[in-house]
Amino acid sequence: MAEKLHFELVSPERLLISSDVDMVVVPGVEGDFGVLINHAPAVSTLRTGILHVYDGDDVQDLLVRGGFAEVNPNGLTILAEEATPMADIDRAALEADLKNANEDVADAKNEQQLADANKVRDRLVEILDVLDLVA
Amino acid sequence: MANLKDLRNRIASVQSTQKITKAMKMVAASKLRRAQEAAEAARPYAERMESVLASLASSMVGQVGGPKLLGGTGKDDVYLVVVATSERGLCGGFNTNIVKGARLKIARLLAEGKDVKIVTIGKKGAASLRRDYKSRMIKHFDMSHVKRLGFSDAMPVADYLLAAFERGEFDVCTLFYAKFQSALTQIVTDQQMIPASFDADKVVDLGGGAYDYEPDETEILEALLPRNVGVQLFRALLENAASEQGSRMTAMDNATRNAGEMIDSLRTTYNRTRQAVITNELIEIISGAEAI
Repeated sequence: MAEKLHFELVSPERLLISSDVDMVVVPGVEGDFGVLINHAPAVSTLRTGILHVYDGDDVQDLLVRGGFAEVNPNGLTILAEEATPMADIDRAALEADLKNANEDVADAKNEQQLADANKVRDRLVEILDVLDLVA
Repeated sequence: MANLKDLRNRIASVQSTQKITKAMKMVAASKLRRAQEAAEAARPYAERMESVLASLASSMVGQVGGPKLLGGTGKDDVYLVVVATSERGLCGGFNTNIVKGARLKIARLLAEGKDVKIVTIGKKGAASLRRDYKSRMIKHFDMSHVKRLGFSDAMPVADYLLAAFERGEFDVCTLFYAKFQSALTQIVTDQQMIPASFDADKVVDLGGGAYDYEPDETEILEALLPRNVGVQLFRALLENAASEQGSRMTAMDNATRNAGEMIDSLRTTYNRTRQAVITNELIEIISGAEAI
């Protein structure tokens, strides 16, 4: 059997994936790139997008947002601020959240509230944009 | 001699205290398990972050014009001390120890003629620091609404620190918290967050190769350093939460045991007194009968 790439996906809250896989396609800021075993050391920041994990015939898709990927001789490590398996994403719920967020932006009473509400909204818009691209 | 009714009341009251401390101990024990799991789950992220940053930073060493979060502002006149404590008391020496550590540091800095500003997280530390350093406290973060600590709870604090640093309100930022080691030991730790400091041994050996950066090095560092502040803070808060529960568990265990000892000794006194009263009454009756 061919050697495999050691892949770890970590979010601030927990270690999501730690396993040996064939290939990972990472959504970098300057374009997607695939990482196989013996990839040259690299560091790249991530954009909001879909991460594909290939292992045998298995493909696992995860939505990642914020963070960065590091490739070193030990393998690939992705530190994502947020990572959700595509299967767990509920589009309707996200859209409802966006509607609420828009209302919050409209209702914001002071600058602080406006900034907070905008942040929430931008996050949802980013995620929905990515989902639109795949759909 | 204390009368019997007083003793009975006293025993009942100690018993109900014991019930409370026992319940608190059990609650703390179950919370501790969860907090500990959360703290351990967060470790990989913070560690990887540190090792990546350490390798990045080591390649930046000696370069002029690097990000200020890494290289500092070039002076160290104003120190910001962030003190993270709990929202609730009754957890043994937990808060006292953290505050003591912070006080020592503050006193030393002041003796060196530096300016010190204080930011507090959690009201227990804020309350005891306010007595001496009220004028130096610039911000307090209330965490009492937080049930389960998430990364999003650490972000506002990190954002505030970064904004204040941008405005040039301080040069060096140190964070005080208690690192969780076991339910019995928590270590008060001061960690310098800004400018970032790294252990050289965290650097991963690339076997002669060098990193490819995408986008370039400076941009990545500029994106990572602020995030690192958030991550380190989040980790510290998680460690703190676990330490708090551990400390409370130990304190409440001691309190329960002390209450038990107290009940034992009160009961001995009660029985002795009761016996004395009976003997007294008998003597009175017998001497009364003899006198007739």
